[in-house]
Amino acid sequence: MDVELIRLTKRYGSTTAVDGIDLRIRSGDYCCLLGPSGCGKTTTLRMIGGHETVSSGDVVIGPRAVGDAAPSERGTAMMFQSYALFPHLNCRDNVAFSLKMRGVGKTERRAKAMAMLDLVQMTHLSERLPAQLSGGQQQRVALARALVTGPKVLLLDEPLSALDPFLRVRMRTELKRLQKDLGLTFIHVTHSQEEAMALSDLVVVMNGGRIEQAGDPRTVFERPASAFVARFIGGHNVIVLPGNRRVAVRADRMRLGDRAGAEAVPARIVSVEYQGSSVHVGLEAKGLAEDGTALTAILPDDTFAARPFALGQTVPVGWDAEAAHRLTA
Amino acid sequence: MTDIALPAPAEAPAATAQSLTRTARRTRRLAYLQAAPLALVFLVFFLVPLALTVMVSFWEYNEYEIIPAFTVQNYVDVFEGCLSTSDPCTTLRTYLSTLKFCFLTWAFTLLIGFTVAYFLAFHVRSARTQMALFLICTIPFWTSNVIRMISWIPLLGRNGLVNDTLRSVGIIDAPIEGLLYSDFSVVLAFVHLNTVFMIVPIFNSMARIDRSLLEAAYDAGATGWQTLWNVVVPLTKPGIAIGSIFVITLVMGDFVTVGIMGGQQIASVGKVIQVQMSSLQFPAAAANAVVLLGAVMVMILAMTRLIDLRREL
Repeated sequence: MDVELIRLTKRYGSTTAVDGIDLRIRSGDYCCLLGPSGCGKTTTLRMIGGHETVSSGDVVIGPRAVGDAAPSERGTAMMFQSYALFPHLNCRDNVAFSLKMRGVGKTERRAKAMAMLDLVQMTHLSERLPAQLSGGQQQRVALARALVTGPKVLLLDEPLSALDPFLRVRMRTELKRLQKDLGLTFIHVTHSQEEAMALSDLVVVMNGGRIEQAGDPRTVFERPASAFVARFIGGHNVIVLPGNRRVAVRADRMRLGDRAGAEAVPARIVSVEYQGSSVHVGLEAKGLAEDGTALTAILPDDTFAARPFALGQTVPVGWDAEAAHRLTA
Repeated sequence: MTDIALPAPAEAPAATAQSLTRTARRTRRLAYLQAAPLALVFLVFFLVPLALTVMVSFWEYNEYEIIPAFTVQNYVDVFEGCLSTSDPCTTLRTYLSTLKFCFLTWAFTLLIGFTVAYFLAFHVRSARTQMALFLICTIPFWTSNVIRMISWIPLLGRNGLVNDTLRSVGIIDAPIEGLLYSDFSVVLAFVHLNTVFMIVPIFNSMARIDRSLLEAAYDAGATGWQTLWNVVVPLTKPGIAIGSIFVITLVMGDFVTVGIMGGQQIASVGKVIQVQMSSLQFPAAAANAVVLLGAVMVMILAMTRLIDLRREL
């Protein structure tokens, strides 16, 4: 089902956590709310899920504005950050919990719960208590529990943040696969731009309770709407040009040394980080970056190996003219 | 030179091994020393008196003296006539009466304690208010048990505050008998005195419940009552068990409350022991005490069988 936010606002006393945001998420999309902590992304998610009252504005799910309806009436289900599995119930009963609340009979709800556990490959551990499971296993159970009632919209609050990096990448793939298979709308809160890029059809970058930019990941990366987005999404240099015009240039489009072009500016190399397939070179150039932040140039490893730079060396730095993206804000 | 130098390598490891065992022995001695104070307190104030009680319960006695000899007569006396089914013996009737108080007190303290703890844990948002209200719960402990009991008397008496008020309002014509010196007043005093022992452990259990679990239950479509019954109560079980053990042991061994609030007319196991003590029948009292101890232990064992406390804590 489509999810639409209309002038959605949340105030706590005098502070505004979410400031009149408008957003439309199409049915079946994987949407990531991306932003630094305190940007209002979790509050937005909780308002969509009915766990937070709306100060003003509306949440529209499918054909109707949901108002103050309970989560189960909205067709949403939430997967909590800490999974929030019931510690006294085994996996199967955790998954069957919402069915039990609806008065579904024991055999039926157990069968349904087992089917859901099968979907996340957890049937073999169905009798275990949550405390006896690893983080990744708990997450699968939490996912099964959220999906068991057949929600149309699944809300995920930083679902991968508690996992180790290796598992995070694996679960990410599985989340995406499940979402495509089930055809559900997923709304996923994260502060990792990498996660958002990898997963989403729609990336919503938030800052200070407002939406900075919403679009598909490629658009957001190629044409960041603001300096904030360019910085937060990573891989960009925000460069101040004469006349206080600002442009974002992708770090891998920076040119160093004799390839820097005619308008090159001298810059001092302050760091060189070898990353395997590429080398990140930190640069300090007077007047180019705002308040002395370093610029980054990403060079392919063979290019760097053929023409290495040393720390402290001063090199001309430039960029492809077509790679410079004008920033409006 | 060589014959002096030679033994050195062989000796060195022996010396380290020796010093190793020495440090190990020292740490072990230290551990015993650290455990000693508590063990000593236990020994002097718990094990020795208990052993003495058990010992005295097998002694003989008459009107004038206690005789250190071995007899089971005291226990036979406790259960005298208990084998006849038609007429329950005194001991059995006393136990039934005490158990009745125990059950009623347990039920009411649990109900009130759970409600108060629930309010404190889930409805009071700020930690400071929570702490303040929690301390208020303990204020009654600033005065003694007996005084708190006695303060009921002017309220509940035949011409007490309750009867007077009801009469002046016109709800009743004649004073209600049995407000005071009755089962009612005994249970009332028990509940008043012991509810806090229920509140504290239950509150403690509830405070540990992750709030996101309640949200997860709400998300799953559970109503308030369903969340209470399916999430809060199961996770509060350890607190309920500990509170229940407090209340049950306190009520089972009580004689003061039953005495004062029952007008010295109501029997209880503790009261029996107290009467025997005051008439210097120490062996009989000791035998009764041992039987009571056994009964309470059986009750607690049954309870811990229901809830694995050690796992829950």
